[in-house]
Amino acid sequence: MKNRKAAFEKLVYGIFLLLGLVTVGCVLLITVYLVIAGLPAIREIGLVQFLFGRVWASTAAEPSYGILPFILTSVYGTAGAIVIGVPVGFLTAVYLAKLAPKGVKSAVGTAVSLLAGIPSVVYGLVGMIVLVPAIREAFRLPDGASLFAAILVLAVMILPSIVKVSVTALEAVPKEYEDASLSLGATPVETYFRVSVPAAKSGIAAAVVLGVGRAIGEAMAVMMVCGNVANMPSLFGSVRFLTTAVATEMSYSSGLQRQALFSIALVLFLFIMLINACLNFFLKRDKEGAK
Amino acid sequence: MSGKRRAYSIVMKLLMWLSVGLTGALVLFLVGFIFAKGLPNITWELLTESPSYLQNKIGILPDIVNTVYLVLATLIIVLPLGVGAAVYLTEYAHNGRIVSMIEYAAETLSGIPSIIYGLVGMLAFANNFGKCLLAGALTLVIMNLPTVMRTTQESLKTVPQSYREGAFGLGAGKWRVIRTVVLPGCVDGVITGCILTVGRILGESAALLFTAGFAHTLGGVVSTLFSSGCSLTVALYVYAKEQGEFEVAFAIAAVLMILTLLINLAAALVSKYFQRRRTA
Repeated sequence: MKNRKAAFEKLVYGIFLLLGLVTVGCVLLITVYLVIAGLPAIREIGLVQFLFGRVWASTAAEPSYGILPFILTSVYGTAGAIVIGVPVGFLTAVYLAKLAPKGVKSAVGTAVSLLAGIPSVVYGLVGMIVLVPAIREAFRLPDGASLFAAILVLAVMILPSIVKVSVTALEAVPKEYEDASLSLGATPVETYFRVSVPAAKSGIAAAVVLGVGRAIGEAMAVMMVCGNVANMPSLFGSVRFLTTAVATEMSYSSGLQRQALFSIALVLFLFIMLINACLNFFLKRDKEGAK
Repeated sequence: MSGKRRAYSIVMKLLMWLSVGLTGALVLFLVGFIFAKGLPNITWELLTESPSYLQNKIGILPDIVNTVYLVLATLIIVLPLGVGAAVYLTEYAHNGRIVSMIEYAAETLSGIPSIIYGLVGMLAFANNFGKCLLAGALTLVIMNLPTVMRTTQESLKTVPQSYREGAFGLGAGKWRVIRTVVLPGCVDGVITGCILTVGRILGESAALLFTAGFAHTLGGVVSTLFSSGCSLTVALYVYAKEQGEFEVAFAIAAVLMILTLLINLAAALVSKYFQRRRTA
């Protein structure tokens, strides 16, 4: 009887252990599939040729597989979205965390959560109908679908992550710090920007890195507004991101072209892993700082 | 106070108001614009019919049904996996290395962009048993596993240790304690996880493009799960980008917007309800 019970408990333990390890299995599955699918094309094309080649012509008679345009577009696009999105998100977060009256805080908080919940294709659709024609008119371009349009859409899409994570970090700043600063004669605004913000800097850095991850991984919204031509990036030119390069050609690709698309995904995955490592670093430091 | 310091305060305050105003205006504009463009295009026929080239009509009923099936199939698979993982982490795990490995894996999963999930879903599922809703659902399971795991874990942490000790003291085995004390305590976490997962599935498109396919056909549960099917978001993308049917696209956008509003409302209500119950 006792033995059977012990065996049963051991079985239950095993099941739960297995369920716990599913997550690890999924990460391994993703990594292994991407590496296996992504390496052959890189080996065939040559790593340098693949990463630094300036011409992507996968369907030409003499195909050329250089993804430098995609890498640079993704980097510039993400940088642009950060330059626009971070200041707005950061200032909104400081206001919400420190200054906002209760009603305003909950109203704007709800609005920001809503922004986070809107599907990316909806952002893409609004970008297509509103932003792209507006850019065409404003800058007298033949077509408004450009890197600039993508940057604006991405800036809006990363806003909620930046606001939410920054607000959490700012709210965790010990009240004593602020009280001390106020009692020394600093104004509230001075206190928030010179005491609270530096105290929450790891959390805010994590917010920015999270935004970078979101921006570099976004595919659908960007695909609808960036024009999708494999040019070297220019602000008002039609461009293709790492994500959209995969999504555009996947449905009709074959052979080496298809393998090259998997290699692009592998490059994107490596970027994301790098960003995740940064994120973990900042989050860990934030936690240690709070102790 | 010196003029410079006063100016600093005023300028920073102005900048903050400007940012908050911009954020608020952006949300109001997005919601208003989509409703203004989309609501007039939502008709009973659109919601209740299948599209047909012969009769030259467009209906989104199949897309709605597909989305519902995707949500249900994903939840059925992801809930046991996520809850099980959370139970393991909070109740069983003593080995710090395994815990940190699982948590690191979950963090990694939540950072991976959906287009990569789409590709791996295609390689792992769709290439083996065809592009179908089930392949899409399995891909979504991997995406949402960390969310369910984390929300459940949070709620398990709030189950007082004394409850477990009490149950053990009465002679219950580990499994009995989990079944009767721990699992009932994680209901709120599971519900929150469900809401977040449903929201994410409704908004997901890149991961479904290469796994669930584009078909707009109606069928029974089983046949639909094993055949290609288009979710609302993918339908929006196809109608807007490939067919130029912007009226339909905006109608779908409005439907998605209403669903997003409902999900947010539900999440807010649930968290308020559980908070009140916990403090009471």
